[in-house]
Amino acid sequence: MHVLDLDYMLGLLPILLGYLPLTLEMAGAGMVAALVLACLLAVVRVQRMPGLNALAMLFISFFRGTPLLVQLFLFYYGLPQILTFLVAINGITATILGLTLHFSAYMAESIRAAIVGVDRSQTEAALSIGMTQGQLMRRIVLPQATRVATPTLMNYFIDMIKATSLAFTLGVTELMGATQKEAAGSFLYFEAFLLAAIIYWVVVEILSWLQRRLEKRLNRAYQR
Amino acid sequence: MIALNGITKRFGAHTVFENIDLTLEQGEIIVVIGPSGTGKSTLLRCINYLETPDAGRLTVGNLSLDAKHATRREILALRRRTAFVFQNYALFSNKTALDNICEGMIVVDGLSKAEAHARGREILERIGLADKANAYPASLSGGQQQRVGIGRAMAAKAEVILFDEPTSALDPEWVDEVLALMKHLALERQTMIVVSHEMQFAREVADRVVFMDEGRIIEQGPPDELFTNPQDERTQRFLRKVLANNPI
Repeated sequence: MHVLDLDYMLGLLPILLGYLPLTLEMAGAGMVAALVLACLLAVVRVQRMPGLNALAMLFISFFRGTPLLVQLFLFYYGLPQILTFLVAINGITATILGLTLHFSAYMAESIRAAIVGVDRSQTEAALSIGMTQGQLMRRIVLPQATRVATPTLMNYFIDMIKATSLAFTLGVTELMGATQKEAAGSFLYFEAFLLAAIIYWVVVEILSWLQRRLEKRLNRAYQR
Repeated sequence: MIALNGITKRFGAHTVFENIDLTLEQGEIIVVIGPSGTGKSTLLRCINYLETPDAGRLTVGNLSLDAKHATRREILALRRRTAFVFQNYALFSNKTALDNICEGMIVVDGLSKAEAHARGREILERIGLADKANAYPASLSGGQQQRVGIGRAMAAKAEVILFDEPTSALDPEWVDEVLALMKHLALERQTMIVVSHEMQFAREVADRVVFMDEGRIIEQGPPDELFTNPQDERTQRFLRKVLANNPI
């Protein structure tokens, strides 16, 4: 029987860790862009902006209703055939784009729910002292909605980090792609993928720890 | 001077009130009483434009507007001249007591943070909560929260403060401290319109008591007259009922 080759794993560790930054960069960029887009979508939905609201609903419906892998293939392999200026799109950009659109659809709905959940009387109080809609959103509603939405948004971020592994299907050598290559060379598939799994796991655990600290901070105002 | 002329409000087919006229001089204290569901709160909310009137004219100081067709700018101007105290306090739960009071001064009046805080601390002193500057609403009692709510209205330096049943959501033990603060404001001749079921307060503090029923102002006058010698049969009936439970 095959015994776990620890020496191989130890040697592989720095190699795979070298690809971790790319994984985190794609997830980080995707998360920031998705947050911005999700906030816009959520505000459009909450304010029921005519025309835009229907578009936002269609967008959310499509990107929640189709698999991420299908969306990635559509952007990377499909779209450039139609929109020829996209031929130059590389796998990394296509991945970030796909992650952004896909996760913003989910995040928009959580943010919308969090905004709607803010006590209506506080909205009236803000208006009663003469605040504008924009001031009300920025200073009263969004800070409170952030607290409510944070746990869910962090979950999506964790999901997004793991989803970057799909980039390897677009030929990007990130953590997953690198593992695949190394394993194909050594034939030690179990060791290689176990190590990759452990790296993802540790990253997610660190994030979960950060999430708990962040939530504690955000809850400060609500302790009795 | 504050004047309501022909103010009308409908919710769909239901007319809450029609053609309400009411005038206050500066420094006057009016308490509006009447059975539940007669439009007292809705009328108060119209003055702050939390509800959009369907017809009529609102005048507050040098601002006078066609209530149905007010522009955004007019609405903001109206709100800056009127402050509102809510039944359920409606404090900003993400902000401390001090920041609740200072929010409008900073965001709406454009005061610097330092100026606003200095004024905010004065107000906290006046509402007896100087030691609670950094407390969040969730850690305050109902009475304390409502005093902060009143402090927030005081900070607006509005021409009139509108109180919408300010004590009816409070546990009985906190009612007195809130009424005491309102009496204090009344002594300083802060113009106010109070919708309340506190007859004792109305009797002691009001310059004029307005009795509303079924969307109409039935009768109004100085508390001594209205409470001891009501003219309209509906006023008599209402007062008999509430005063039987809580004699004053």
